[in-house]
Amino acid sequence: MKSKRTLILALLGLALAALVVPAQAQMLINGAGATFPYPIYSKWFDEYAKVDPSVRFNYQSIGSGGGQKQILSQTVDFGASDGPMSDANLAKAPGRIFHIPTVAGAVVITYNLPGNPQLKLDGPTIADLFLGRITRWNDRRLARLNPGVRLPNMDVIVAHRSDGSGTTFIFTDYLSNISPAWKSEVGNGTSVQWPSGLGAKGNEGVAGQVKQLEGTVGYVELAYAHQNQLPFAEVKNLDGHFITPSIETVTAALATAHIPDDFRFSMVNPPGEKAYPIAGATWLLVYQKPMDPAKGKKLVEFLKWAMTEGQKMAPALDYAPLPDNLRQRVLQRIAGIQG
Amino acid sequence: MNGTIALPGESKAAAARIGKWRLGDPLFKWLTLAMALVVVALIVIIGFVLFHWSALARHKFGWGFLVSSEWNPVEDRYGALPFIYGTLVSSFLALVIAVPLSLATALFLTELAPRWLRQPLTVLIELLAAVPSVILGLWGIFVMVPWLRMHLFPALRSAFGFLPLFKGPLYGVCMLAGGIIVAIMILPIITSVSREILRSVPNLQREAAYALGATRWEAIRVAVLSHARKGLFGAVILGLGRALGETMAVTMVIGNRPEIALSLFAPGYTMASVIANEFAEATTDVYLHALFEIGLVLLGVTLIVNALARILMNAMAGANVTRRA
Repeated sequence: MKSKRTLILALLGLALAALVVPAQAQMLINGAGATFPYPIYSKWFDEYAKVDPSVRFNYQSIGSGGGQKQILSQTVDFGASDGPMSDANLAKAPGRIFHIPTVAGAVVITYNLPGNPQLKLDGPTIADLFLGRITRWNDRRLARLNPGVRLPNMDVIVAHRSDGSGTTFIFTDYLSNISPAWKSEVGNGTSVQWPSGLGAKGNEGVAGQVKQLEGTVGYVELAYAHQNQLPFAEVKNLDGHFITPSIETVTAALATAHIPDDFRFSMVNPPGEKAYPIAGATWLLVYQKPMDPAKGKKLVEFLKWAMTEGQKMAPALDYAPLPDNLRQRVLQRIAGIQG
Repeated sequence: MNGTIALPGESKAAAARIGKWRLGDPLFKWLTLAMALVVVALIVIIGFVLFHWSALARHKFGWGFLVSSEWNPVEDRYGALPFIYGTLVSSFLALVIAVPLSLATALFLTELAPRWLRQPLTVLIELLAAVPSVILGLWGIFVMVPWLRMHLFPALRSAFGFLPLFKGPLYGVCMLAGGIIVAIMILPIITSVSREILRSVPNLQREAAYALGATRWEAIRVAVLSHARKGLFGAVILGLGRALGETMAVTMVIGNRPEIALSLFAPGYTMASVIANEFAEATTDVYLHALFEIGLVLLGVTLIVNALARILMNAMAGANVTRRA
């Protein structure tokens, strides 16, 4: 009896010691937020552990809303969000919050038509498809954009995300930018009141819905469309060119987008010959004066690494790295964090 | 009585010290009471937290929240009606499908199946309960929904298309698909609980019925079913509770459209689904509070439906004159 109890106590002690000892040796930096960049962030944290073994990152991909909330209540060392924080939310912060753009992603229009022809679309047509105003695939406006393509006489069925998502944010941001009707009737956000269509959960839900039902049109992340070989449309950009979404055309869009100094930018429909118009960045959120200066210092070192070495890992995971001009500006901002 | 209590690891000699075990009974009583109170406290705390965190939405929308059909995160205007409707209708559909199936299965397993078949069948049914909801949901999207859209739904529409319930275009994902997937999820629980209840019917009852010259069906109806009625109703209520709160699988096949449509082929939305879908990305305070209020409404609806079901059960049991053994 007694010996058993002693044994259990000893084991408990060992377990506790195992928990405590590495925590003393390693600094733990906590972050939480967006799910869209989670694959690249976990890759970065993994690789960075080899660069600086004295620091360990713990990232919870709980969603942009949670990321913003946690950085505001200072329960994490950094937050992450797929959309920039609103003025109202920033006003609640106990200190100045920097937006650090890390990578960008694109949203593609995918569809299921007999024979899967390569479609060309422009902004107003996409808006009217998702507003439910273009109801047949052989609509005259679609035909005019796609000479030579046999469009079927078929109902248009819209599939959209049902879960709140950065993908929806980018897509509705684009539609609001390009269509006054969309802006006044629907607007933009991580979830919106969809005028028509079916809601499906996640990229896989939308893709599944599109695959199964002929005549369905939906939107998914570029990375997801690539990995699953979905057909997607070329989209007309501001300069009048039809652009195939890709890592290069998204980085091109970042290079020509107008980006203000607080980095709270929207990069949809930028000028530029090669810019793909439906794209958006994702951000890390950090305080200019971190609560714990020692952690702040380590965080700054990591951010510098992410802006240089880390960027090279982005294309392999289907994220667009930041172009040089933007990277220099971001590095300057990172240097302003008082670690 | 006391002498039979022996805790593992305690020596029999210790148990034999009657004096010590005098304390045992009250101690045991208070311990179980405390555990029961923890459960009650949990419900109260959950209710309180939901109430507290929905303050902004409750003040902004008042009771209108319950009857408004608008759900607009961009304009920060929210109403729960389509979600309440979707939750109730999908759960009701699930019960309509699952109850006859599971009761028949349970009856077969206890009364009719050959003995060698009972155990394997029971294990199979209980395995169904072990399938994670998200897996069932994926199976729902990729296997069940296409099959329903190609086969069952067209057949239903051509047979009952004159009813408004079965009109409209077939997208595959819809209220009926949601009801069917929930039915699959609550089948095992209703079946296992019903089976236990049917097994607890004393054999004397059956023998008495046979002795009076009853056929097999008559014996089941008179001796078994009427005896087990209340318990079976309890099994159905357990399934209903599960159906009301079911989230992931439903989200994947119901179409997630906050709209009240008469047709079962039209997409719908449930309260649990909208919380799961939108909670993570809710950035404004009112939005978050509206989602908490949906949670509060779901808790309320669940309590009300359960209470109603119990009242109905008691009324039925009262009408039943069969003496309980």
